[in-house]
Amino acid sequence: MLGYIIRRILYAIPILIGVNLITFALFFVVNTPDDMARMQLGIKYVTPEAIEKWKIERGYDKPLLFNQEAEKLGKLTDTIFFEKSVSMFVFDFGRADDGRDIALEIKSRMLPSLAIALPVFVLGLIVYITIALLMVFFRATYIDFWGVVFCVALMSISSLFYIIAGQFLVSKLWHWVPISGYGSGLDAAKFLLLPILIGVIGSVGSSTRWYRTIFLEEMNKEYVRTARAKGLSERIVLFKHVLRNAMIPILTGAVVVVPLLFLGSLLVESFFGIPGLGSYTIDAINSQDFAIVRAMVFLGSVLYIMGLILTDISYTLVDPRIRLT
Amino acid sequence: MEKLVITSWLLILLAFSLSACDGYNWNNPYSAADAEKNILYNVFTERPKHLDPVQSYSSNEIQFTAQIYEPPLQYHYLERPFVLIPATAKEIPVVKYFDNEGNQLPDDALATDIAHSVYEISIKPGILFQSHPAFASHAQGDWLYHDLNEQELASVFKLSDFPQTGTRELLAEDYVYQIKRLAHPRLHSPIYGLMADYIVGLSDYAKVLKQADQNQSGGRTYFDLRDYRLEGVQIVDRYTYRIKITGKYPQFIYWLAMPFFAPIPWEADRFYSQKGLIQKNITLDWYPVGTGPYMLTENDPNLRMVLEKNPNFHDEFYPTEGMPGDAENSLLIDSGKKLPFIDKIIFTREKESIPRWNKFLQGYYDATGIGSDSFDQAVQLVGQGEATVTEAMAEQGIRLETTVAVSTYYMGFNMLDPVVGGSNANERESARKLRQAISIAVDYEEFISIFANGRGMPAQSPISPGIAGYREGKEGINPVVYEWLNDQPQRKSIQVAKALLAEAGYPNGIDQRTGAPLILYFDVTARSSEDRSKLDWMRKQFQKLNIQLVVRSTDYNRFQDKIRKGNAQIFEWGWNADYPDAENFLFLLYGPQSKVRNSGENAANYDNTEYNQLLEQMKNMDDGPQRQLIIDRMVEVLRHDAPWLWGYHPKDYGLYHAWYQNIKPNRISNNNLKYLKIDAALRAQKRREWNEPVLWPIALLLVVLAISLFPAVAAFRRHESSTAVRSASS
Repeated sequence: MLGYIIRRILYAIPILIGVNLITFALFFVVNTPDDMARMQLGIKYVTPEAIEKWKIERGYDKPLLFNQEAEKLGKLTDTIFFEKSVSMFVFDFGRADDGRDIALEIKSRMLPSLAIALPVFVLGLIVYITIALLMVFFRATYIDFWGVVFCVALMSISSLFYIIAGQFLVSKLWHWVPISGYGSGLDAAKFLLLPILIGVIGSVGSSTRWYRTIFLEEMNKEYVRTARAKGLSERIVLFKHVLRNAMIPILTGAVVVVPLLFLGSLLVESFFGIPGLGSYTIDAINSQDFAIVRAMVFLGSVLYIMGLILTDISYTLVDPRIRLT
Repeated sequence: MEKLVITSWLLILLAFSLSACDGYNWNNPYSAADAEKNILYNVFTERPKHLDPVQSYSSNEIQFTAQIYEPPLQYHYLERPFVLIPATAKEIPVVKYFDNEGNQLPDDALATDIAHSVYEISIKPGILFQSHPAFASHAQGDWLYHDLNEQELASVFKLSDFPQTGTRELLAEDYVYQIKRLAHPRLHSPIYGLMADYIVGLSDYAKVLKQADQNQSGGRTYFDLRDYRLEGVQIVDRYTYRIKITGKYPQFIYWLAMPFFAPIPWEADRFYSQKGLIQKNITLDWYPVGTGPYMLTENDPNLRMVLEKNPNFHDEFYPTEGMPGDAENSLLIDSGKKLPFIDKIIFTREKESIPRWNKFLQGYYDATGIGSDSFDQAVQLVGQGEATVTEAMAEQGIRLETTVAVSTYYMGFNMLDPVVGGSNANERESARKLRQAISIAVDYEEFISIFANGRGMPAQSPISPGIAGYREGKEGINPVVYEWLNDQPQRKSIQVAKALLAEAGYPNGIDQRTGAPLILYFDVTARSSEDRSKLDWMRKQFQKLNIQLVVRSTDYNRFQDKIRKGNAQIFEWGWNADYPDAENFLFLLYGPQSKVRNSGENAANYDNTEYNQLLEQMKNMDDGPQRQLIIDRMVEVLRHDAPWLWGYHPKDYGLYHAWYQNIKPNRISNNNLKYLKIDAALRAQKRREWNEPVLWPIALLLVVLAISLFPAVAAFRRHESSTAVRSASS
């Protein structure tokens, strides 16, 4: 297995270079270093000299991808792309355009993101699987029928609606929790309840239907018939046999997102005033801060690759027949 | 895992119940201990980029820096038009003029004879800086934290981790140090370019510092600016310094009321220059050190910024005089009382308008602006179109304060464009009439009514109301666009515009020379659906003259690029005044400020010789009837040439709770928080009344859950007890 993991990590390097290159190209198609300088220096009284000075200080005065004036390897290395990319591979994200250390920012914002994303993920998994199993248990009855109708209805509603409706009902009308904000320690609980609840409810429709489909597919397999023929109750069949055998598709969807939980949710964090990584990324895009954007995209890619490796490893845990070689 | 989840939820519920047990509102986002404290709750939407006064400029930064740093001068809180008064200065400096030989000239000397102006500023003795680790020293006098080693840095994550602090008296050298920082090679002061034209030697000083920075050995990050002399700035004695200006620049005194000219102690610069602190984001750009009424005690620009009363703040008192009506508006109740009134100001970051608005209604924010989506809920027009709060707001004790902002939103014509600007005398005359026709056709009264909920006043010239040089009433109207009827300005009829259009060579919108319809291009950065409505409206305005308006929508970067290169034909732009002087608006149309030619602020690239000469004359004059005459003539020239559609001056509408007092909003002076007052007991009482938890939905939820579970349980039992194969009898 170790050899497999090392091989996968090595595969990740060209992928990360590619991701970095695409991010770089997309960013600089929309923004030039001059635009970035203007955004940072403000609108009033900005002189061409000030823009040039800003670019030199941050290394944005060099050619983007190819330096014709440099010699030999310098043609590739004395460029914005090379200089800004190399440090990323040792996780040195450098400084944002406002001078703040990006790694420190990421570190401090990871916890608020996790504080919402992790409970939503865990609770969501429990709730969606439970409801899906119940619908499968009552398959072909009115409970299953109306369950599916309800799921489709929930899927059709925008996540923004859940946020606004949740804030309106729970916070504004009923005064149960603060509308937005964030605190430290136990004080954070009152701010997290509503976003977590909305996060879970917001995906009930799609996730429950997804798990229901997985379970229904399992229900038609022969081992289920055998289990029933042994006289096992439907409850035992579902929770002991079907659930265990459906683990591979469940893990495929679930484990891969675990590392991405660190990156937070763009919309929820913005509406609930949670100072997480989701809002950090949005702010960076709005302020054309390339240093942060590339750091977040790079981090997202690394975490996604990690998620895929973890998924593969998790297969071996739930199905002893699988070997990673 | 399941146990972990259940335990987490139980902990959350426990915390929730505990907070509810003390009779405190469940939805209160603040600490229960702060309920009746003298705290102002404010909002910020965008995180500040810089808090270093040499770099910060935008309003979301100055709202913090202006409370912490004290420039020598400030604006009177109540008087209008705006009046400068001393802040840390003993008195308003009297400028002295000198010729090339260094001889002092009389006050009324001609601007052309003046080689230098000298401002001598004396500050009040005894003013102390806020307590700060940069001033902490051993008994022997050595600095405690100026050379931190790795071991000492290991336990430092924020400024408050330093156990020792110190202070010292504010000196003239602190102001001089800051002026030198304008030219610092590693800082980007937005006003450096402007000041380099005026402060004697600043430009050369920047070169000296740049060289010194390059020669720094060992990658040191600090170099002491006191070692480098700046010709135009001089320390006279412990409390007095002089600034030498090239020529005459009366507007310079307004800059002395901005944080750019606030004091920075060298100790702070030295302290914050340590690499170990920079690596931990502890810099002067994020942790200000000032003498002002407040100090920044919590700095999390992602969540919350907290200002607390500076215990070292010097004596300053609430003004005893104001304008007529101020006493009636309870603005003089606190006359003569020591400032500041509020102990702590908590700025919470709130990016979205919906939570911001709702928290204001719940009493968790003390004031708010009004978004277009909540305007009808908050404001109604009564009588002669006078804005007031709706009954629902009035019942909550909320009141509305309005003020015309010293800003202008205009539509500019690129004067380098052959159609709207003209490239020879005939074309220029034709283009002028075309611009005048469009000025009449685009109905800004309607625009303000539809898109700004009435929050604005149509502009008659670039100069905003409340600024010296602005004229009101009949003599203030733009005669090209308006007539004075029934004691108010009346936009001229579209027939007048059509006649002008025909004179311009486009009768009924058809180009006489080519027979083709006239097509004009409007460059915008529109994105939202509201923007699309505005553009549709704008097309209709041009359609009144049978002119086709083609909208070229682009992103902000490309838009700026077009303006810089002169590729736009018609565009929208705005300007917020830096200081309350007509020059700060009129220079936006000064020829040498052309955006295309000189990267200046004149986006229309308007260039009129007479106007340019008048501006050069006017900007060197002190306020008075003579200067007003010149301003009047300049405005006349502008109205005739119509390089802009003058657009409108926005009105700021703010809602304030009953417990929030001493409010007189304005956008010129930014250090106003020291004058404000809060009745914390009333706020706590209202918050309790307005936010009692509604419990019936919980009961309803439980009932619904029970009802829906019942058939499910019954079905489950039935299912479990049923047989696989039904018997033949059944």
